Amino acid sequence: MSAADEVANEARPVEATPKRAMTLGIGASLVMLALLIIGPMFVKNFIVFQLTMLLIYALAVLALNILTGGSGQFSLGQSAFYAVGAYTSAILIEHFGVNYALTLPVAGIICFAFGYLFGQPALRLSGIYLALATFALAVAMPQLLKLGVFEHWTGGVQGLVVTKPDAPFGLPISQDRWLYYFTLVVAIGIYIASVNLLKSRSGRAFMAIRDNEIAASAMGVDVALYKTLAFGISAGITGVAGGLGAIAVQFVAPDSYTITLAIALFLGMVVGGVGWLPGSIVGSAFIIFVPNIAEEVSKGLSGAVFGVLLFLVIFLVPHGARQVAMVAQGMLGKLRKG
Amino acid sequence: MMQAQVAQGQSPLLEVRDISVVFGGIIALNGVSFDMHKGAILGLIGPNGAGKTTLFNCLSRLYQPSTGDILMEGQSILTRPPHRMAEIGIGRTFQNVALFPNLTVLDNVRVGTHARTNSDIISDSLRLGWVRRGEAELNKKVNEIIGYLDLGDVAHTVVSGLPFGTQKRVELARALAAEPKILLLDEPAGGLNHEEVHVLGDLIRRIRDDRHMTILLVEHHMGLVMSIADHVVALNFGKKLAEGTPAQVQTDPDVIKAYLGSKDQ
Repeated sequence: MSAADEVANEARPVEATPKRAMTLGIGASLVMLALLIIGPMFVKNFIVFQLTMLLIYALAVLALNILTGGSGQFSLGQSAFYAVGAYTSAILIEHFGVNYALTLPVAGIICFAFGYLFGQPALRLSGIYLALATFALAVAMPQLLKLGVFEHWTGGVQGLVVTKPDAPFGLPISQDRWLYYFTLVVAIGIYIASVNLLKSRSGRAFMAIRDNEIAASAMGVDVALYKTLAFGISAGITGVAGGLGAIAVQFVAPDSYTITLAIALFLGMVVGGVGWLPGSIVGSAFIIFVPNIAEEVSKGLSGAVFGVLLFLVIFLVPHGARQVAMVAQGMLGKLRKG
Repeated sequence: MMQAQVAQGQSPLLEVRDISVVFGGIIALNGVSFDMHKGAILGLIGPNGAGKTTLFNCLSRLYQPSTGDILMEGQSILTRPPHRMAEIGIGRTFQNVALFPNLTVLDNVRVGTHARTNSDIISDSLRLGWVRRGEAELNKKVNEIIGYLDLGDVAHTVVSGLPFGTQKRVELARALAAEPKILLLDEPAGGLNHEEVHVLGDLIRRIRDDRHMTILLVEHHMGLVMSIADHVVALNFGKKLAEGTPAQVQTDPDVIKAYLGSKDQ
């Protein structure tokens, strides 16, 4: 009896939860934020545009990370949600004269609904089969966008040209810089909301499903509901990224949103670290800049060079940027103590 | 049937009524009935393949019985989906431990409170005031349970790296966090050594007393069942063989025959 007494009576105090698991520490977050704010002030407009695309793809990678890293569902169909978001913004701006900023929540809501509905039949699938079903969605989307029925709205094969917004209130900054800071604000908002979500009751339900569906159900988690919600949230964020992308590129066309984009986003997630949200921006940088680097190394063999670089990353740091961050954190800790 | 309940003075918390389960021609359970009364520890025993786990899975709604009914406080549970069981007060642990391996001990236990808390994705994303207050309250409760089961030292450890015995305690903590009225334990002694089984027996009794729970114990370990159960149901080949106090069941000739007949006990 004495052993059990000890077990039952000795209530040990539990310290506050460490918040590092999914996010950066406060110091690292502030440094990152400062870099993102100050960096674009000193570079050319084209690089500012590239940095805007960096943030936009980071959002799309983050969205996939919530789905795969959070709820454990694969998707090779993110390009379809991105396309729907891009076209929603483009059509609202060009055909209805809606303010570009207001088109983003609409794109988000429409894509949430689309993802939620797609999640319903996807409930019966898991793992590689789900990946295949979403792959089919990505393959079908460019052709759907070319359909004659929608041509009046979508511009068919030609696509739509989107007007680039000016900086408001007569601010003396270029369109590119304005769009960058606008995207940065949206991205930070979505990042914070995503971190909050994954740390909440809903986020724990996602991760419980990812780890063990039967046990999650026994704890009262409505597995079907949370799986489809994860799809909806992921599609919604991807849709906002798509809308921002349409505004930044000033153009939407069906062939900008092929399976290649979906695979690039998947790659970005793996390189950034599955389930580690801050890694999304590293993954995004990889898919935007590494192909350029590969091209500089060898014009004719850029694909092969990219392949070798990707192979090196996967071989050396299989857990992506998360692994690098962990090692760096460990080294910093040692330096401080030493 | 109603008269029988009245005669006992108190209606049972859970009633298993004539349950049968058939898997493609094999009868896994054949017309099993018994009652569970509030505050009791009921031991469900039987040789391998007797139908214990099948019955257990009917109670947690993983299997749908082909005939019969299961009533919780007079209401059938068979019309509800599995994820509603926690809400109506049926909690469980798993035979081979089914934790969320990539989550910490704390988060595993927090998931246990899912059925007792509320939220929506919008409020959670914005971390609204009521969400923050709810989380603070939840943490207080979860920490109490973690202390109760002496898991404070490993609270922030990811569960996949913990020893099996500790994982079993985490699973128990997770089940307690749902505040079940009935706690279903599927072979809790499996994989534990002699000393650990002894501690576990005391712990199960304490949980019943401190937390006012009714416990169904499916167990191979005869010593554990006989020392802590108030009431024992013995199954063999999907049928109820005997029912009564541990002493009655232990001396039941049919039970003795069933166990001596199968060498795996």
